[in-house]
Amino acid sequence: MKYTDEFRDPIKAKSLLAAIETQVAHTGATTDKPLHIMEICGGHTHAIFRYGLDKLTPDAIEFIHGPGCPVCVLPMSRVDDCLDIAERPNVIFTTFGDAMRVPGTRGSLIQAKARGADIRMVYSPLDALELARRHPDKEVVFFGLGFETTMPSTALTLQQAARESRTNFSLFCNHILVPPPIKALLDDPDMALDGFVGPGHVSMVIGTAPYDFIARDYGKPLVVAGFEPLDLLQAVLMVVTQIAEGRAEIENQYARIVPKDGNPAALAAIADVYTPRDAFDWRGLGEIDKSGVKIRPAYAAFDAEEKFGVGYGAGKTSGREMALPEMEGCLCGEVVKGKLKPWACPKFGAECTPDTPLGALMVSSEGACAAYHLYADTLTV
Amino acid sequence: MCLGIPGQVVEITDAASMMGMVDVSGVRRAVNLACVAGDGPLEEVIGHWVLVHVGFAMSRIDPEEAAATLKALEDLGEAMAEIEAIRGADRMMEGETP
Ligand code: SF4
Repeated sequence: MKYTDEFRDPIKAKSLLAAIETQVAHTGATTDKPLHIMEICGGHTHAIFRYGLDKLTPDAIEFIHGPGCPVCVLPMSRVDDCLDIAERPNVIFTTFGDAMRVPGTRGSLIQAKARGADIRMVYSPLDALELARRHPDKEVVFFGLGFETTMPSTALTLQQAARESRTNFSLFCNHILVPPPIKALLDDPDMALDGFVGPGHVSMVIGTAPYDFIARDYGKPLVVAGFEPLDLLQAVLMVVTQIAEGRAEIENQYARIVPKDGNPAALAAIADVYTPRDAFDWRGLGEIDKSGVKIRPAYAAFDAEEKFGVGYGAGKTSGREMALPEMEGCLCGEVVKGKLKPWACPKFGAECTPDTPLGALMVSSEGACAAYHLYADTLTV
Repeated sequence: MCLGIPGQVVEITDAASMMGMVDVSGVRRAVNLACVAGDGPLEEVIGHWVLVHVGFAMSRIDPEEAAATLKALEDLGEAMAEIEAIRGADRMMEGETP
């Protein structure tokens, strides 16, 4: 069990929890018929478990863990494509550390590295570009993944590469967008979501307008939140207050970082380099319309899909043609959707652990399965 | 991966490429400042606190916010990994796994 003593301001935490309790009572929700509040961002999932917020808040609130962990929703076919590129002669394949252990059908990047492929972890896409400068005789590829938070970094890196007229640098683009899967989940008749805690750092880039449809078309509240525990509690209070008062609005708890209109320079770089794909495949969620971006033709020379003829670059037009079945008995898909809790998966904690991940949700500390596993002591109810 | 870490801009190293040096908990790192630049000369951001995310300054923050964010990252167990990644960036590029 977790206690509020760990909070920076325990008194404030207690008063927020009391206010949440009052508002939840006004909604009429009960332990048997709880409010389903989805935290979209994997960073929030991690913080909820770290601080046991799911235990501190009333039982009439159930947190549903959203798809906002980029490595968790990366399809196996894309990991296979990474290996395909990385194992070619003369290639230096660079990636963020988080992605090293995501399993594909032929294993992960870390296993490919052990087999001899030149795969290097980098801190920044700028470091991958620097490697291309240092090794003009090699093809340096950066594995670009992540939501709108990381898109400006790869877009600005490609702009820089273009300014330098680099010919040995390319990006394997796997960037995905937050709003489309939320729409897909809202359209899913099996999902009954009452409100959302919106991602803080994605919203710092895109602002709050891209979420307007959630309130307008679906009548659900969303509150953009910071990642500190007090931020999260305050955001949960704002969501339940809206529900109690019968409102559905997009509110911003994290206004100190998130401007309403996002970051104009970041958005300009994204718009210059990327354009939406017709559809992109998500692990567990399947293909979702306009949910990913690709590199614009003006930057085609830096597009690893084109350069190496992999993925959509291999002439495939649909993720369905690339979709691969998940491993036998894994329930990653249901967990990503928030339909099942990780412990309901027969592999959880047995064959699938953070050291031996079968599914991507066990790889990143932002994945729901890894978070449950890591903070299992808070789960003894 | 999306949390980032606060740092303070200490100098501009290459204005044409929007690059500057940022101090992150005592570790210096060249960071792209395009997303926090104002309309005036880039020098204007020197001394400001920014949220650094994979080598890019993504947002200006005030000093109290920077301190609170750093504390929150420490509590979440994320700060050390981020600082180590910045400190070890050069060695990682040469193929070492930290
Ligand atoms: S425990 Fe492992 S296999 Fe099961 S859902 Fe989680 S990541 Fe997938």
